[in-house]
Amino acid sequence: MSTDNEWPLWEVFVRTKAGLDHKHCGSLHAADPKMALQMARDVYTRRQEGSSVWVVRSDQIVASDPGDKDMLFDPAEDKVYRHPTFYKLPDSVDHM
Amino acid sequence: MYTQAMDTQRDEGGDKPALCTAEEAQLQQRFDSRIDAGDFIEAKDWMPANYRKTLLRQTSQHAHSEIVGMLPEGNWITRAPTLKRKAILLAKVQDEGGHGLYLYAAAETLGSSRDQMLDALHSGKAKYSSIFNYPTLTWADVGAIGWLVDGAAIMNQVPICRCSYAPYARAMVRICREESFHQRQGFDSLLVMMKQGTDAQRAMVQEAVNRWWWPCLMMFGPPDDQSPNSAQGMRWGIKRVSNDTLRQKFVDAAVQQAEVLGVTFPDPDLRWNEATQHWDYGTIDWSEFWRVVGGDGPCNRERLADRVKAWDDGEWVREAALAHARKETLKEAA
Repeated sequence: MSTDNEWPLWEVFVRTKAGLDHKHCGSLHAADPKMALQMARDVYTRRQEGSSVWVVRSDQIVASDPGDKDMLFDPAEDKVYRHPTFYKLPDSVDHM
Repeated sequence: MYTQAMDTQRDEGGDKPALCTAEEAQLQQRFDSRIDAGDFIEAKDWMPANYRKTLLRQTSQHAHSEIVGMLPEGNWITRAPTLKRKAILLAKVQDEGGHGLYLYAAAETLGSSRDQMLDALHSGKAKYSSIFNYPTLTWADVGAIGWLVDGAAIMNQVPICRCSYAPYARAMVRICREESFHQRQGFDSLLVMMKQGTDAQRAMVQEAVNRWWWPCLMMFGPPDDQSPNSAQGMRWGIKRVSNDTLRQKFVDAAVQQAEVLGVTFPDPDLRWNEATQHWDYGTIDWSEFWRVVGGDGPCNRERLADRVKAWDDGEWVREAALAHARKETLKEAA
């Protein structure tokens, strides 16, 4: 069956309160940006979960391929020196 | 609740891999070990075709249940006895609509479009929870649905928050967080009638409880020994707790709550079992369950007709909104 007349899909990001990141919380279908924002408000912030909402067309998001996971993220695995705990300092200054 | 899909499907041979390539066998093995390790599966990860199919059926039918579930209670919005109860009921029915949307979105990540799912519902191909094919005859039904139907739903849904398919699990976390208000408002509404109401109102509450009790027990699905797909669901981490275990947990909790309320359940065999430390209950009429699942419940035709009408009546709105959006995009481009 044809899905040409489906409203496009949008991803919804909500900032719960000032000072925090916008966080992905789900998706919805809407005809245009204004409707997407209104519906995001109704669907995802019915209990004051948000102080700000972003909506982004799903087809505009560029995502990494799960198949590339190893290639992309493994190189960080052996770089323990990027973590503060790698450095053992004398007790007197170890809180540094 | 709303998770009867696994019990009402035909056996499709589980995930026994048919003839497959070495690469597929390796993918299957990796998938199995991730499930064994309790890892979550995300939308774009490889998954066996039957896992995808089973989940798509369960999540979409769960979504349909939420949307069809708006109808029985929606019946009372215009006739709620006070402004407070009306506001509460509106909020609850709106929540159910929201839950349907979370679940449709999760189902869409499995590769079905929203329109395809709705088409399956409207053509009668897809099922929804049998409980919504019962009528709401009195105001007490609204409270009984909140207390018992939503109570059973919560019992059923909490374990799905740990479902192996992450988009479904995330939707369930959100739903369960909101659902607890549904059960509490229902109990509160019944309690007011039982404690401050007239004799006629108390009788109305008892009568509603009598009608809803057995269908609620059926919501958990057939007994474990007649639930052939359960084992596969457990293996896949889609189902976490067996039908009978959940049902027993529900009965044990409900008996205590009924005492506080001052109502009884229509089951002469309901009694405390000292040995098992659980409440024993009578035999469930499974022929009724299968009749309702099969389309012959009191309201099956009415519910489906209402959904189809709402969809058809809204068609011009959906088209107009899309046409407007396209025109705006063209204007911006010019």
